[in-house]
Amino acid sequence: MSRLNQIELALAGLMLAAAPWVINAAPYESTMGLVQKIFYFHMPSAWLFLIAAIVSGVASAIFLFGKKKNADGWALAAAELAVVFGIITLVTGPLWARKAWGIWWVWDARLTSSLILWMIFVAYLLLRRYGGPGSDKLGAGMALFGLANVPFIFVSVNVWRTLHPQTSVVPTLPVQMGGPLWFCVFAFLLLFLALLSMRARLERHRMRIEDLYLAEDEA
Amino acid sequence: MTGDFERLSVTNLSRHYGRRKALSRVSFTCDAGDVVGLLGPNGAGKSTLLSILGTLLAPSEGTVEYGAHTADQGGAGLRARIGMLGHDLFLYPELTAHENLVFFGRMYGLTDAPARAMRALERAGLGERAHDAVSGFSRGMRQRVALERALLHQPRLLLLDEPFTGLDQASTSALVARLREEQARGVLIILATHDLDIVDGLLTRELFLRNGRLLAIAGGEGPLRDRYRAAVAAS
Amino acid sequence: MRNFFRVAFLVVRKDMMVEARSLEVLSTTLFFALTVVLVFAFGLVREGRPVDDVAAAILWIATAFSGTLALGRTFERERQADTLRALLLAPADRPAIYAGKLAGMLLLMGLVELVLVPLVGLLFQAPIFNYPWTLVALLVTGTTGFAAVGTLFAAMLVRARSRDVMLPILLYPITVPVMIAGVRGTAAIFQSTPDEPLARFWVALLVFFDVVFVTLALWTFEPVMTE
Repeated sequence: MSRLNQIELALAGLMLAAAPWVINAAPYESTMGLVQKIFYFHMPSAWLFLIAAIVSGVASAIFLFGKKKNADGWALAAAELAVVFGIITLVTGPLWARKAWGIWWVWDARLTSSLILWMIFVAYLLLRRYGGPGSDKLGAGMALFGLANVPFIFVSVNVWRTLHPQTSVVPTLPVQMGGPLWFCVFAFLLLFLALLSMRARLERHRMRIEDLYLAEDEA
Repeated sequence: MTGDFERLSVTNLSRHYGRRKALSRVSFTCDAGDVVGLLGPNGAGKSTLLSILGTLLAPSEGTVEYGAHTADQGGAGLRARIGMLGHDLFLYPELTAHENLVFFGRMYGLTDAPARAMRALERAGLGERAHDAVSGFSRGMRQRVALERALLHQPRLLLLDEPFTGLDQASTSALVARLREEQARGVLIILATHDLDIVDGLLTRELFLRNGRLLAIAGGEGPLRDRYRAAVAAS
Repeated sequence: MRNFFRVAFLVVRKDMMVEARSLEVLSTTLFFALTVVLVFAFGLVREGRPVDDVAAAILWIATAFSGTLALGRTFERERQADTLRALLLAPADRPAIYAGKLAGMLLLMGLVELVLVPLVGLLFQAPIFNYPWTLVALLVTGTTGFAAVGTLFAAMLVRARSRDVMLPILLYPITVPVMIAGVRGTAAIFQSTPDEPLARFWVALLVFFDVVFVTLALWTFEPVMTE
């Protein structure tokens, strides 16, 4: 673990530990009350999920077209984090929906788009795990297509959703809870950066060990 | 001719799949008119080496130079100078022998593919079966069609992977004779086989591969089989 | 450029010739599509009358499922005698090979849809002749999008392990926008008060999707197929 990672993790840990108090200090949202506070974890997770997906897609493009082997490690690390933050988003979402509107799942544009994107990255990980040799290149193609798909997913799901009558209040983005929100975003961001670089480094080390193993055999 | 070359130089070629080393620091050169034998047991890396030489596989390390250019530099022009007889023959079983040859001939940019294909099939003794589906052919017949496919565009480099598998005596002799013909025309032939006795006398160079490594190339007198055993024992 | 089309045409012609000998892929895909329609009909038809929008949904689901099978079978053929490697060995432009395979796939799916659409119209009383050109546009653009991604993925997976299950796992999430656009667009013209402008919006989205993904596939075919 590098020095930078240690700082990131320590800071993230402290901030997340302090988060309950910070969130508590935030004003209550008018209609949903306490339940709405899950938003402070839900929103940053959703953003980082999207960021991780973008990082994975871009790294995959660099790996495929720029032929940089290390880029693959970043693509894999980002994909794993996309799945993790995706799970957090997709679990906190329904928890919120259940308490706020009485149903577990809302087919609203954002949640549905997130689900689809999440499934793309789960498929990516399944391919890397079970696809056999050469699946690093295949996975890169998949991640690239997944990333290119983001605008299409969003537009199509959005238009699909607005055609249906609203059965419940669709969450809009509250603007006045800035402070605690950015606090949580920053905490999660630090966590994300630390995990991403650590996992990418792990992948680089794994490749290096394989190279060394192969070189040793030559001697 | 663009992409043509006289010499093939392989330098420090390695190829790994994860932790498995298929080829390890293989180096050799050969020239047009050589018949190079890649000899060794199963799993020695012969097929991998052939795939790399055929530009189907990229090396993990090392270079392959066709004349002055590598595979990347040579591109499609280089591929036009290479012919390959794969272990799985590369023929569409549903199509006739003639259709197979015409298709691949056209893929290689030959404008007179149908006529050339017919001549090739006649030379291979398959004239009357030219319009029969390949699925009905015996292994030996399929092999002959596959060889003609590899030679139709008059390549400079001919790669053969275990060409004698499943062939009877007559087909084997015919294949050896055909290879000598091509050699006389200046084709560089590289063939992978573990049938040492068959290729004894045909080869001008022998490369013994074991576990992805090139053993000491033992030239000299005596049957190939004995020299191979000696090389293995010495390693 | 002319070479690109020449090679693509050669590949399509070869695929058509191979298929014509046995018609195996076409007949099995067609029959599978019918099976899907039947199975879904049991789930979605209540008291002898189909639920709203069921015709559109079943049409596209049957197309997607049977398309996936057809993709798998087509590339399985190229695995038999390792002919996919022979194609890559040739001095032909790699993207042209992809284009040829894609064209062959579109022809096959087109034939299947030619049977599927009247059948769905018949079984679910769907007004397929209401806006025929819009329907055709939806089918053409939607199938192109699905096949563009599917052909690339199926080619990618030819040498992979677990390839049979990997293809749907990878393909379906990526083609969700195609499915949404196809189903909603078709439903828009099948519904009792048809919404043709909406259907045309979906066609536009599909055209955009097709352009982006065919281009992306042409770019990535070579790096992804070369080991």
